[in-house]
Amino acid sequence: MRHDRLWRAVTLGPTIGIFVALTALPIATLVAMSFHDVTWVQGLPRWTYVGFKHLAALPQDYLFRAGIVNTLIFALSAVSAQMVLGFCLALASSKVARGRVLYRATFILPILVPGIVIGAIWKLMYNFDFGVINQIGGLLGLAPRDWLGLKSTALLSVILVDCWHWTPFCFLLLLAGLESQPQDIYEAGKVDGAGPWGELRYLTVPLMIPTIVVTLIFRMIMAFKVFDEVYLLTGGGPGTATEVISFTIYRRFFTEDRVGYGSAISIVTLLLIAALIALAMAAARRWGRQP
Amino acid sequence: MRPAGRWRAEVMLHGALILAAVVVLFPFLWITLAAFKTQIALLSGAVTFTPVLSNFRDVLFSKTSEYVQNFLNSTIVGLGSTLGVLVVGTLGAWSLRRMRWPLPVSQGLLAWAIVFQMIPPITMVGAWYVMFRTVGLYNTYAGLMLAHLTLNLPLVLWMMSVFVAQVPVELEEAARIDGASTPGLLWRVVVPVIRPGLTACGLLVFILSWNEFAVALNLTAKQTATVPVAIAKYAQEFEIQYTQMAASAVLSIVPALILLLIGQRHIVRGLTIGAIK
Repeated sequence: MRHDRLWRAVTLGPTIGIFVALTALPIATLVAMSFHDVTWVQGLPRWTYVGFKHLAALPQDYLFRAGIVNTLIFALSAVSAQMVLGFCLALASSKVARGRVLYRATFILPILVPGIVIGAIWKLMYNFDFGVINQIGGLLGLAPRDWLGLKSTALLSVILVDCWHWTPFCFLLLLAGLESQPQDIYEAGKVDGAGPWGELRYLTVPLMIPTIVVTLIFRMIMAFKVFDEVYLLTGGGPGTATEVISFTIYRRFFTEDRVGYGSAISIVTLLLIAALIALAMAAARRWGRQP
Repeated sequence: MRPAGRWRAEVMLHGALILAAVVVLFPFLWITLAAFKTQIALLSGAVTFTPVLSNFRDVLFSKTSEYVQNFLNSTIVGLGSTLGVLVVGTLGAWSLRRMRWPLPVSQGLLAWAIVFQMIPPITMVGAWYVMFRTVGLYNTYAGLMLAHLTLNLPLVLWMMSVFVAQVPVELEEAARIDGASTPGLLWRVVVPVIRPGLTACGLLVFILSWNEFAVALNLTAKQTATVPVAIAKYAQEFEIQYTQMAASAVLSIVPALILLLIGQRHIVRGLTIGAIK
């Protein structure tokens, strides 16, 4: 094969260029900005060095703390619920004789809708005065509630919306995993007299472990990014009940226009997520390989 | 299992699945109904009502509404960034697979792509905002297209490298022997083979760009605001126009719905390959 140096550069050049200019350089910029105060003078940034002021202020920031805690609670509870529900639905769809394609087309709808639109739909459905949730609750004899406005129910309500949004994603990946399983093992299981529960316990679940681990990690990472729904449903409130880390960054950086401090939060968040990823990868290597 | 037991199991499975389908579809149905109500009908919570088109008319044609412009902005940014990321990502993926890059380069790039994919976009947008304002890309189509291109490049790089690997090496070698230049080889041999992959990837990336909010919110202003940014504005007004918000939400789903109807198979493929491989 002829190797043309020019074409080598032309084909990979744009990818490298974009990664350097729009991912590596911005991260370096964030690091630099977290040691500065940045103000805008006639449309151009003016940097003033402030040392470790921003980073030192972080641990005392109540929003940042609430953001970390809520993001963890949100990600863990929402993703576990989605995994269990998604697995049940995937299993059910893989067992039915007909209609699987139709169910799948229906279930993936929420994945394709903008997060902000999902927020808008549920904000109206949760509405205290005319929302359908309180109407249905009324039929069941429950008193109407301001679901998103109460400290006790706000985070739970956001988690519920996230489950509606993303259970389909778990369902889709797990169904793909189920469909690609070797059928002869199940035949053998039947011959050996495995009932439906035995089959699930000793064949399906062990065979699905790699897919489950990948789906779980994937969803976890996505859950840490949550922003759109929170922005629309609660804006982090009431108080700090639904403050998630992405929203804290947005608030500090853009709403309060504190570029330097916002950068400091961004960098620390990046490091925290990197640590979590390293942990998840180690866990995946440990458990993902087992048959 | 006995035939009767089998039949009963089938009915129970369908029962559970239909219940789930109702839960999935109900919010769509409810918001669509809300979009055809007057504000009074919605607020009174009446079950029966006379459907009106005024919300759609206000959203699309009223002088104060910029929804048509937002729709156009989303389409331009979506098409531009999708085309861009497909070209950049496919060339990159092919190069990494076929141009014998040293291992540190290829592994390093793919690993960086994964890491970047995991970073919340909101952490990057602050730096983009400062950089783009400095060089004059803030509040331009090009700026948002570049940002969306960057966000989706890792996914495209990974997906397309799966598809490019499926092109038989013998086919590429035969074309080389016949004297094909690199662009000729790419256009006449590689692209036709990976076309289904390009379709799946393109549909997915367009939808991702159409749906993206956190970055669009902070890199656009009035003239370039996309649909999600416009819908978020409704929620923040002092007196929320609930029914107009519903109508604009319904309209915003239409493109994804059309794409789902045309290319369900491709979208499913894109979503599963993008995640699993």
